[in-house]
Amino acid sequence: MDLILVNLIDGLVTGLLLFMLSAGLTLIFSMMGVLNFAHASFYMLGAYFAYSISLALGFWVGLLVAPLIVGLAGAGVERYGLRRVHQYGHVPELIFTFGLALLIEELVQFVWGKNQMPYNVPEILNFTAFAISGNSIPAYKIFMIFISVGIFIGLLYVLTKTRVGMIIQAALSYPRTVEALGHNVPLIFMGVFGVGTALAGVAGVIAGPVLGTFPGMAFVLGSIVFVTIVIGGLGSLWGALVASLLIGWITTFAKSYNIEMENVLNAIGISTPENLSDSVFRDFWSLTSPQIADILPYILMVLILIFRPAGLFGKRSS
Amino acid sequence: MSTPALELTGLKKSFGKAEIIRGIDLSIGKAERHAIIGPNGAGKSTLFNLITARFAPTAGSVKLHGENLAGLEPFQINRKGLSRSFQITNIFPAMTVFENIRCALLWSQGYKYSFWNLVSRSRALTEGAEAILDQINLLERRNLPAGTLSYAEQRALEIGITIAGGANVIMLDEPTAGMSNTETDYITDLILKVTEGKTLIMVEHDMSVVFGLADRISVLVYGEIIATGAPADVRADAKVQEAYLGAALEAEH
Amino acid sequence: MNDQIKTDPSKAAERMRAGSMILPLAPWLIAAVVLALLPQVFTNNSALTIMNQMSITIVFALAYNMLLGQGGMLSFGHAVYAGVGGFACMHIMNMSDFFASIPLVILPIFGGLFGMGLAMIVGSFSTRSAGTVFAMISLGVGELIAACSVIIVAFFGGEEGISGDRTYAQPFFGVEFLQQEEVYYLTAAWVLISAALMYLWSRTPVGRMANAVRDNPERAEFLGYSSRWVRYYSFVASGFFAGVAGGLFAINYEILTEENLNTASSGVILLVTFLGGVGFFFGPIIGAVAFTLLQTVLSLSTELWAFYAGALFVATVMFFPGGLAGLIMMHVPAFKLRKASGLILPYLKTLLPGAIGLFGLAALVEMTFHFRHAPPGDEEMTIFWTTFDSHSLMPWVIAVAITLIGLGIAKATAPSLRDAWNEANTAGGAS
Repeated sequence: MDLILVNLIDGLVTGLLLFMLSAGLTLIFSMMGVLNFAHASFYMLGAYFAYSISLALGFWVGLLVAPLIVGLAGAGVERYGLRRVHQYGHVPELIFTFGLALLIEELVQFVWGKNQMPYNVPEILNFTAFAISGNSIPAYKIFMIFISVGIFIGLLYVLTKTRVGMIIQAALSYPRTVEALGHNVPLIFMGVFGVGTALAGVAGVIAGPVLGTFPGMAFVLGSIVFVTIVIGGLGSLWGALVASLLIGWITTFAKSYNIEMENVLNAIGISTPENLSDSVFRDFWSLTSPQIADILPYILMVLILIFRPAGLFGKRSS
Repeated sequence: MSTPALELTGLKKSFGKAEIIRGIDLSIGKAERHAIIGPNGAGKSTLFNLITARFAPTAGSVKLHGENLAGLEPFQINRKGLSRSFQITNIFPAMTVFENIRCALLWSQGYKYSFWNLVSRSRALTEGAEAILDQINLLERRNLPAGTLSYAEQRALEIGITIAGGANVIMLDEPTAGMSNTETDYITDLILKVTEGKTLIMVEHDMSVVFGLADRISVLVYGEIIATGAPADVRADAKVQEAYLGAALEAEH
Repeated sequence: MNDQIKTDPSKAAERMRAGSMILPLAPWLIAAVVLALLPQVFTNNSALTIMNQMSITIVFALAYNMLLGQGGMLSFGHAVYAGVGGFACMHIMNMSDFFASIPLVILPIFGGLFGMGLAMIVGSFSTRSAGTVFAMISLGVGELIAACSVIIVAFFGGEEGISGDRTYAQPFFGVEFLQQEEVYYLTAAWVLISAALMYLWSRTPVGRMANAVRDNPERAEFLGYSSRWVRYYSFVASGFFAGVAGGLFAINYEILTEENLNTASSGVILLVTFLGGVGFFFGPIIGAVAFTLLQTVLSLSTELWAFYAGALFVATVMFFPGGLAGLIMMHVPAFKLRKASGLILPYLKTLLPGAIGLFGLAALVEMTFHFRHAPPGDEEMTIFWTTFDSHSLMPWVIAVAITLIGLGIAKATAPSLRDAWNEANTAGGAS
């Protein structure tokens, strides 16, 4: 029971982190129809910028400034890159963001090198918040939960209560009408792209110290984020939230409970073949849940796509 | 009486709470030229999309030559001999004019998904496509990308694509929309020529085209057919006069 | 970019371009002759290795373009079809009895069949739609299979991968494929066959409809074709030829690892194909030749080659979405008007300084990199056959000057190039 609680907290941290990325990605996708392949690269930039800033000015300045720089960089990419490619169609847009992801990874290696950066949890948060029957929960995890929840409340407020939020919501569904009403839709696009990437930047700043700040961090998390929004249903914010938490919990639980395929199969009535070590399926029989924890999201995605192609909360099928 | 080419029974369609098509019964005979007219927003295009399975009906049935089309995909309906054009020009802009027509011929000539035939080796395909290009007067534009044609030429090409497969029920959605008078005359003649002996169902705004082409006319107002009959009868119908036609007919006489 | 067209027109490009205008068979005959003669010109083993690598990439890129260029499907995980085909071939190599009874030359067919089999399974749910959803599924499935490689050790061999020995096959007319040159001819023959088959595929009804579905899936549905099934056929065929490429890889390198499956490999083939140009059949061929050469030259001379490749890729997407093939085909009207010669001088005037400026820029990038990352005390570096101290001021001044002057001249002469271009593409007039 206690372990379940610990896992629930851990899964929540992962899930909220995923949602911080998938929320921005979903906003950008539903507004512009572009799946920003480089989204996780902005997350990585957030971590690296925050690290460099924290060296000179400390963690907290990094937390404030790095997302701003990332957001500006994102807006610049939209203005000078994506808007240009837009005229060629959706597939070139996707290819462009894919190329951008490659380029940013190389750029990061160029500036910071290939090694992991010693970007650490700030001293003030480096203690145990509380312990659940011997499992200590670091204060930084609680801090991450608060930051992400705080940001979502802020985002929700902006989207539902402010004028800008109304325009954005309208532009999500009827971009042409909004443009006809005299709003500067390209500017809104640029802004949304900037805010979306800044969110990814925040995620990078707070995840960098725990998940590691290294050139591969974008790719490690990036593909999971895409899987998340496919599972949730492209373009659905609620879907992104549910799928993020789902994936956060599934992977955490799969890692912490060592369930073996052999036991599962025996439990459902399939007996272990006698000469298992010669069998072609020996690897299948000896699978354990921690082993496949990282690919569970992909398996889940394939299953969802087969049985519910639009995703959990998806409206449109294409 | 023989089976009608197309028979609609109790056809309804709602989007959310809005009922766009409110119960349509219509029977269109073989080789009949049937026009559907009505004011903007009456549901003409929706009706077209229901017949061709672009939308699924909320209630009612569509029968093609007596066969119920419920649950069929657009491509399956096309294979049963029903072909349509679109209100907004819908061609393959990057391919040449000739290729556009040739693609439209592939299924009807029995090529299906074959990957053991070369399209350029088939004389039937080449000659068939050229015959259609000749009919729609686009032979000279044969090797141009379809997207570079003029608007009227693209509309003609669209009609060519629609009839190429040899379908015996042709549905044209506003074939003369946005055209000048000369262009309209040209397209009207073209439609007369290429639908010879076939069932034609068209949505059209231009009354001169409608009265020049149609054997029978249905008037669709707010999702219901308020009158169906020969042009003269429809013209004389009091309800039609009142609902919609009056002004347009006055202008003509 | 333009510069490459003028100074480095690959043979592949020449022969394909000629083909579209002259005889349909001529380019294939020329290709066969060129492929047969190449080893007589480049005799050493490393050249043969590079040419083999090129050939494999050509087959793979052409297969990839069946999806991207002809079918409009963007895949981020196509390496798995080549990889699985390759792994299957490795296992066949290790089935000593069976392998000894078949000639090595037919091994790629097995690779193709396995790639095709996988594509049949994945395609059954992934080809429902094109566009973003297809791209995401391809990425997810690609990641899934790549991740499986460390889990399903029996098939993928874990971290070490699977290795084998091609020479255990039944000798083929006495040839045991011990020599690199023999492998070259085997690979070259397969390139020719695969390219020809893929070209013919694009001329079949289902190949033509792939283009139609790419441009306008809805219209295609109203012509009697299910867009989904048209996509499915393209996908399966592409899986077959990707598997053939994997089989060729297995024969050449005799080892397959996780690297053959992962997203990075899938990304490279996208890069190669797009660089070459997705709009024309011969585009991927140019892309494969150019990319392999670029990779060989650059990776020998700089650590940063992936950075340059990434920058080149992004620049291609932004400024030349037609790729190299698109750039070449842009010049066809000028050639037809017999005015192409008027472009040579303006090109030289703009592109030569531009290239020099870019080299200056590259030097600055290299110097910055050296300045930041070289071990302390190691202050000497060598670029462009010049050795200097990266911590002194003078080299920086020179590099900056070269960059600015080069790019400055290019910018200044660009308008006259544009005029010359317009002139060369206008019929008639005073020339």
